[in-house]
Amino acid sequence: MNTQSLSKVTIHFAGDSGDGIQLAGSQFTNTTALAGNDLSTFPDFPAEIRAPIGTVAGVSGFQINFGSEKIHTPGGRPDVLVAMNAAAFKKNFPNLKSGGIIVLDSAGFDKKNLRLAAYDESSTPIEDIPKEYQVYAVDITKLNREALKDLSLGSRDKDRSRNMFALGFIYFLYSRSLQTTLSFLEAKFKSKPEVLEANLRALNAGYNYGDTIEAISRFKVAPAQMEKGEYRNITGNQATALGLIAAAAKSGLELFYGSYPITPASDILHELAAHKNRGVKTFQAEDEIAAVTSAIGASFGGALAVTGTSGPGMALKTEGIGLAFMLEIPMVIVNVQRGGPSTGLPTKTEQSDLLQALYGRNGEAPIPVIAANSPADCFSSAFEAARIALEHMTPVILLTDGYIANSSEPWKFPQASSLASINPPIVKNDAHYLPYKRDEREVRSWAIPGTPGLEHRLGGLEKELETGNVSYEADNHQAMVKVRDRKVRLIAKDYPVQKLIQGPSSGPLLVLGWGNTLGAIQVAVEHALEQGLAVAQLHLKYINPLPEDLGAILSAYEKILIPELNYGQLVRIIRDQYLVEAEVLDKIKGQPFLAEEILEKIKSLVEND
Amino acid sequence: MTEPNSALFTAKEAASDQEVRWCPGCGDYSILKQMQSVIPGLGIKREDIVFISGIGCSSRFPYYMNTYGMHSIHGRAPAVASGLKMVNPNLSVWVITGDGDGLSIGGNHLIHLLRRNVNLNVLLFNNEIYGLTKGQYSPTSEMGKRTKSSPMGSLDHPFNPLALALGADATFVARTIDRDPVHLRGVLETSNLHKGTSFIEIYQNCNVFNDGAFLSYSDKKQKGQHIILLEEGKPLLFDEGNKGIRLNGLKPEIVNLEEGFSANDLWIHDSRDATKAYILSRFFDDNFPRPFGVFYQEDRPCYEEQLIAQINHAKEIQGETDLDDLLRGKRSWTVD
Repeated sequence: MNTQSLSKVTIHFAGDSGDGIQLAGSQFTNTTALAGNDLSTFPDFPAEIRAPIGTVAGVSGFQINFGSEKIHTPGGRPDVLVAMNAAAFKKNFPNLKSGGIIVLDSAGFDKKNLRLAAYDESSTPIEDIPKEYQVYAVDITKLNREALKDLSLGSRDKDRSRNMFALGFIYFLYSRSLQTTLSFLEAKFKSKPEVLEANLRALNAGYNYGDTIEAISRFKVAPAQMEKGEYRNITGNQATALGLIAAAAKSGLELFYGSYPITPASDILHELAAHKNRGVKTFQAEDEIAAVTSAIGASFGGALAVTGTSGPGMALKTEGIGLAFMLEIPMVIVNVQRGGPSTGLPTKTEQSDLLQALYGRNGEAPIPVIAANSPADCFSSAFEAARIALEHMTPVILLTDGYIANSSEPWKFPQASSLASINPPIVKNDAHYLPYKRDEREVRSWAIPGTPGLEHRLGGLEKELETGNVSYEADNHQAMVKVRDRKVRLIAKDYPVQKLIQGPSSGPLLVLGWGNTLGAIQVAVEHALEQGLAVAQLHLKYINPLPEDLGAILSAYEKILIPELNYGQLVRIIRDQYLVEAEVLDKIKGQPFLAEEILEKIKSLVEND
Repeated sequence: MTEPNSALFTAKEAASDQEVRWCPGCGDYSILKQMQSVIPGLGIKREDIVFISGIGCSSRFPYYMNTYGMHSIHGRAPAVASGLKMVNPNLSVWVITGDGDGLSIGGNHLIHLLRRNVNLNVLLFNNEIYGLTKGQYSPTSEMGKRTKSSPMGSLDHPFNPLALALGADATFVARTIDRDPVHLRGVLETSNLHKGTSFIEIYQNCNVFNDGAFLSYSDKKQKGQHIILLEEGKPLLFDEGNKGIRLNGLKPEIVNLEEGFSANDLWIHDSRDATKAYILSRFFDDNFPRPFGVFYQEDRPCYEEQLIAQINHAKEIQGETDLDDLLRGKRSWTVD
């Protein structure tokens, strides 16, 4: 048996939404991370918890791209497809690289499964796979039952460990240790010894099966050349939660998170609820409106107040966000975007809430907007959103999305001591306190109830300059609208200098991105540069206010290409603000960009010139 | 009544410098005055008092109190106040709401506040009309009420606010009225002593859009026939003690004390009895006099207390994780 070395592999696990695909995928991810590879993952599952069994609509998928080189995306076409039934095969086979490896459970291709996957019952999809593919058609169900035959579990329960058999086999193929998953299973099923035994045996049986059938090639993917330091694997939602906890610690405030369960944001609530020992207060509110308004109360009370949601919840929070803006109190609103409009595509990703974040309020209500661009970047983006909110006394919207929220990557986490401290303008005493008196950044001070001598009232009605008393006076309103706007614009003074990620500092084309498109654009531009095309890449984190040096950068290029997972939103802002020739590459399929889609567009723009 | 010298500040100091802008003759003036006279004597420092309101005439209340305050958005004061209490549990928080704010647009938040039992006070000013939007029927208006938005009469069956509060498992439920300052002050003082959410419905006359809605409960000539003042451990009497209520099984009956019944036959008020409280809350039509006072109170752990207990417990059993340990997580690796 020979072992081949590879620099990069993409594996796609697919099966029924009850087959444990996400678990198998995340276990393979943890093992791969600990083996020192760079990686990027993309879980993709249906909105239904148990979608119709055996159908193409019910297929749950998990893709991982890992390698000994730098990895920027979860990969385009996979090298390996693991399909637990006919539907999973049918859905994903067309994406598989020509000549790729297919591991399938042949028991999932019986007449019933063929019918459910809408194949003709007499068809033979396994036999029909072209010769260039390497096929492992294994009767996983039967082999697994055999391995567990003396356990007292029912056959249905035994079959639930099929995912571990498949995972064990993949571990064998890619020369991985079972240790991480063995320890995980022992902890997870501590109180269910029979289930634990079944899973351990299934994992080992899958691995040993690979060993037994010999004659196949195994693969090795060497550790990546990563920057020195300590790493962990992290998903976007976890990183958002940790960024908020870190910001609370660095500002000396309590963290309050008010939220109503919603896909794909709920994992932030779950993660934060697990950190009560750090004093984190989570509140599962009765609805989205109570989630945001409880955060307003918590902010008034002196906490780092945060509310999190996804698109439809954002719509419900709108009035509350407007109040927070009017009160000028600090608050972070996390929108883990998903496909819209309305209920839309709950488990699919999109970047279509940007205009809502920028403009979705009554009245003149500019709110800072920050976008995270990768799972690990959610940490620094959440931290930065909290910093701006607290130091500038304003609500801040943090945009992430379902893709980076659920995906994971290795994260070189910072030392707590290296994080900057956050200094909210809390006032403890002032003989002549005026709640809306401002400093040179137009920021008012924060008097927290319980502080003697600073009693004051605030509300959603227009306020008099400085005193904050209710005022309907015409000139005062105009002055207040302007001063609130100026306050937000001055935030850009704190920004770091905008730097190109790659490419020449002027030329025919700049690819400008925001949010989750970073990795795909990076790979596409790398390839374009390799092919001799003069293309540059810039990525925006701060969308409102825009960086002051952005205009000069944009003006050095003949054309700006903006790939967005929407129908063209940032492009409108860029055209509006800078009057430059900007073109959108839109994708509204609930799926992230593939690098080749962007590369193709780059070529069409640059080569035509 | 509190002795003036035990007060931490004066009634004058309880008032802010803002001009009060309710219509002349509005029942809100009386409620504001009683609050300003009661609150200095509650033993709470002025800086620890917060009024949170929603939208509507009553919701302007916080602007007139020289304490901390927030005039929030329509219906959401219970949620704002809940968030505030969770992070700052030592504050004395008073939610000011109305029948539209609290029972229509904010009905959801109100019932969830009551079941959670956050330790704060809700004063629901019920004037059975929308005042600030100039006179549409409200969720407590009687059926058939003719207003600008219901020219042929309202089709909406009204809420019974106290039955609603009891149905949401409120731990303190009371009713009072703007025109009886002594009773109003007494209820405010009692509600302040209750640990948990105190729900107080205050009948408040809107002399512009719904004048006289509660006249039969405030007019000296009529009220004897129409109200029962609830007193703990005392029989339910009305009509200057000539009539009373007795319970025949679970069925309340009006009895005449001049016709052979004595006080011993009557229903004795017990605010700890949930069943009796519910029956009392159903005294909501013209067949029975309307009760005023504390209908119900119960000791139940309050929300923020339990939240903090959970946090302390987690700190005790897990220890307070160092931020570095938290960022590192359970599985990390080093690249040399």
